[in-house]
Amino acid sequence: MRTVPISVTVNGEVRQAAVEPRLLLVHFIREVLGLTGTHIGCDTTSCGACTIHLNGKPVKSCTVFAVQADGAEIRTVEGLEQDGRLHPVQEGFWQEHGLQCGFCTPGMMMTAVALLEANPNPDEAEIRRAISGNLCRCTGYVNIVKAIRYAAEKMRQPEVAPAVAGGGED
Amino acid sequence: MATTQSTQIGGLGYAVKRKEDPRFIRGKGTYVDDVKLPGMLYLDIVRSPLAHARITQIDASKALAMPGVVAVITGKDLEAAGLAWMPTLMGDRQMVLPTDRVVYYAQEVAAVVAEDRYTAADAVLAIDVEYEPLEPVVDPFRALQPDAPLVRPDREQKTNHIWHWEAGDKEATDRVFQEAEVVVAQDLYIPRIHVSSIETCGCVASFDRVSGKLTIWMTSQAPHAHRTVFSLVSGIPETKIRVISPDIGGGFGGKVPVYPGYVLATVASLQTGRPVKWIEDRSENLQADSFARDYHIHAEVAATRDGKMRALRVRTVADHGAFDAAANPSKFPAGLFSIGTGSYDLEAAHFSVDGVYTNKAPGGVAYRCSFRVTEAVHMIERMVDVLADELDMDPAEIRFKNFIQPEQFPYKSPTGWEYDSGNYPAALQKALDAIGYQELRREQAEKRARGELMGIGISTFTEIVGAGPSHTFDILGIKMFDSAEIRVHPTGSALVRIGVQTQGQGHETTFAQIVAEELGLPVENIVVEHGDTDTAPYGLGTYGSRSTPTAGAATAVAARKIREKARLLPRPTCWRSTRTIWSGATTPSASRARPSAPRR
Amino acid sequence: MIPGPFDYHAPRSLAEAIGLLGAHGFDAKLLAGGQSLIPMMKFRLAEPAVIVDLNRVPGLDGVREQDGQLVIGALAREADLEQAAVVATTYPILLDTALVVADPLVRNLATVGGNLAHADPANDHPATMLALGAELTATGPTGERTIPIDDFFVDTFTTALEPDEILTAIRIPRPAPRSGGAYVKFERKVGDYAIAGAAAHLTLDDDGRVAAVRIGLTNVNYKPMRATQAEAALLGQEPTEDAIRAAAQLASQECDPSSDLRGPADYKRAVARTVTARALRRALERARAA
Repeated sequence: MRTVPISVTVNGEVRQAAVEPRLLLVHFIREVLGLTGTHIGCDTTSCGACTIHLNGKPVKSCTVFAVQADGAEIRTVEGLEQDGRLHPVQEGFWQEHGLQCGFCTPGMMMTAVALLEANPNPDEAEIRRAISGNLCRCTGYVNIVKAIRYAAEKMRQPEVAPAVAGGGED
Repeated sequence: MATTQSTQIGGLGYAVKRKEDPRFIRGKGTYVDDVKLPGMLYLDIVRSPLAHARITQIDASKALAMPGVVAVITGKDLEAAGLAWMPTLMGDRQMVLPTDRVVYYAQEVAAVVAEDRYTAADAVLAIDVEYEPLEPVVDPFRALQPDAPLVRPDREQKTNHIWHWEAGDKEATDRVFQEAEVVVAQDLYIPRIHVSSIETCGCVASFDRVSGKLTIWMTSQAPHAHRTVFSLVSGIPETKIRVISPDIGGGFGGKVPVYPGYVLATVASLQTGRPVKWIEDRSENLQADSFARDYHIHAEVAATRDGKMRALRVRTVADHGAFDAAANPSKFPAGLFSIGTGSYDLEAAHFSVDGVYTNKAPGGVAYRCSFRVTEAVHMIERMVDVLADELDMDPAEIRFKNFIQPEQFPYKSPTGWEYDSGNYPAALQKALDAIGYQELRREQAEKRARGELMGIGISTFTEIVGAGPSHTFDILGIKMFDSAEIRVHPTGSALVRIGVQTQGQGHETTFAQIVAEELGLPVENIVVEHGDTDTAPYGLGTYGSRSTPTAGAATAVAARKIREKARLLPRPTCWRSTRTIWSGATTPSASRARPSAPRR
Repeated sequence: MIPGPFDYHAPRSLAEAIGLLGAHGFDAKLLAGGQSLIPMMKFRLAEPAVIVDLNRVPGLDGVREQDGQLVIGALAREADLEQAAVVATTYPILLDTALVVADPLVRNLATVGGNLAHADPANDHPATMLALGAELTATGPTGERTIPIDDFFVDTFTTALEPDEILTAIRIPRPAPRSGGAYVKFERKVGDYAIAGAAAHLTLDDDGRVAAVRIGLTNVNYKPMRATQAEAALLGQEPTEDAIRAAAQLASQECDPSSDLRGPADYKRAVARTVTARALRRALERARAA
């Protein structure tokens, strides 16, 4: 089996490995790097449970070869929390009950983070369009939309602002 | 006193952020595919490309010659070990792997065990299976014809008819129909659907040759029931089997049945002495896992000309696929279908259902409501609408006219169910008022006058959930119950272990709230554990909306016992509870002011 | 679901990429966005022995107007079409199309060129490019050649590209004044292939009659197709509602859908008629507003 050396920056850390060319990026992330927060739901680029950021853009990591990510910056759900502080999107999902079984949640949140980085104040239609490639089989999406709006509001506030009313802190 | 501290306690009715979420939002859940054990092997499955065929040969030599391939398991191997068949939850048996024939598309034919999942996938393609195609039968009505292909020649009865089941009084029903002023009839097909939880099924089986103990991490909605099945199939006593349901990515009934893949991974671990992981992909999940519905219903209602329903007659053909492997914990082969008289007071009713084998994947699960209740509700509500249409009556009016009245409770339905209480007219009236029903009808009339179409649908239902009272419910003869264990630590925190298994329902939060409510301990000091048969008390699992009614009730009862016991003891000095538990004759919650509308 | 093994090459120049294709012939497959190829490989419907990854070849990305044409590079992503201002203002039919290709995550990788070169009659851009009369630049060992879109689709999954040729650019003529185009797709759910889709592009003359019109159809034929009878019926006519309905009817008759899980052929014809009429109406609105 021929392998190809790759070097990828994952959540700010350089990770190097020799991989078989056919190794899917999602398997590289989960099994080589041990970052199991990125999930596999469908294998067919449908469900979005494997969504990660590849050079800043949310993509389905089940449909990218790890070798393609050589030299790339990758961000996974494990990279959202910074210095022990939850990302506002993580907070929003917790606060607004945006998850049930939690399996789609990492991918859903990665899509949400990318949306809010590009569009800090999306309306409901924009949120729903943005998450149209992420399937949730439990919630029916209403609370997911609420969670993203909560995060958007939070991210638009200045850093020093106290928590919004009712927003119990972690 | 209790009242001022309620929000800190976080008992029932209070909005509490979920206790399981901190791990999920960080990607730190542990789903079965996240389990990685030293020396772990991967299992992949060869599946049938045909719905019905004789297997003439399986040649695994090419696969076995591939580097990294450890073993290939076929039906012949299992037969030698007495494991080619396993019992279903419905008293039928099901092939783990076929020895001579396949009976549905994507049926498991052989298993490959390899050092990694890529090699296993390659090896699956390297196994040559020769099939001699047989005529498949996929229509249950065709299956019932005498010349239809036989799906299950392994059975003594050489027919595709599985069982006939009836409920209600046939003669009384027929009598009402004979004299009825109005009879409406309708054929209803509720097609096969798939639950498609976002996480597929899978397991990691690990057999320890030294201790003789088998540990299986699996996507199970009912870990204890599955341990019992594993024990029955393998002959290993339950004390030597540990089933762990880790975090589960949705179940919806699809993780109640025992699938051959679980058994194969277990056999592979027994054979190799190494942990073996099997994770199905989405195609396998959709093609071969359990389905819901597939009921062909013929329903008739007898009524008076002014819209009083008098009797209901229902004949149904139930397509169970190749094995009767329904995940149905009731004593009835058609589950709770006979709840189909719904919310209405009828003189008589009769249900007959015939189960049929076809060359399709086996199943019958509780998706979006329990055990054929969905089919029953759809049937009766459709029939009420058909009758309303026939008599040109308003669909709300006809429902009011036929509801069981509040003073009739407790009410015994013509199919034998006892309804303890209810006020259906008040409930429907409230819903109609809330939606502005008359206003909507006016809007509809205006629109129709303009040539625009607008529909208004009404459905009311009475269902059975919470499987359930043990006179009606069992699994493999185990009467349905559930349990909870509570340990209170000296400093006032508590550990709760329950026999049910969350797949996203939030048990770690809900059950902690129940204990918080009963014991007055803050919800954050209560830890809920479940899903590990070595530590959790026996329970029958989570499906059909049963966890809170059964295990939740058990939890409350257990907590009350602790409370009673605690009354007899002096308060320990290290006790940190923010409120007094025992304050006299009333329960802690009795005088509590509630938030007017609990969230969610 | 695991793809089969392959040798991987990531050429750094177009010449190198073409050389690799030449060396490996039909064993090689180009990887651009990979959003169709990789799923096919996971299903083992495609098992190329060699993958030539185009993504590290410079100069193939971007969407820009140049010499009166819109030039879409071979590595331009669907998301690039969504974000390019000139697309929204001047080529709204392309925005219609990009927005209904799969879902936003897929569109971050999927390329417009790949959508054409894959030659799946269910893909959305072929119909749109047929309506726009695009010209495709193919680069091979002997240099560039231009393939008119009408000659590009040969069969299901088969194009006029030689095995050692790469689709390097898509060129779309800037629409004449009083032109408008629209793409309308009818699908079961977000991200699905079309039950039927229609792209219409038309130009009005000074009297408001149809001076030019091209109609492309999605997923109702063994390969992407133009509805030429419908076009002929409209040409030179006043685009009245009756004329649009008549043209849509012709389109539904000249297409040749097959019955499958998305519905029986007759149903697809009916959908083709509806989407053709809708596309024509929207194109007309845009032409009148232009």
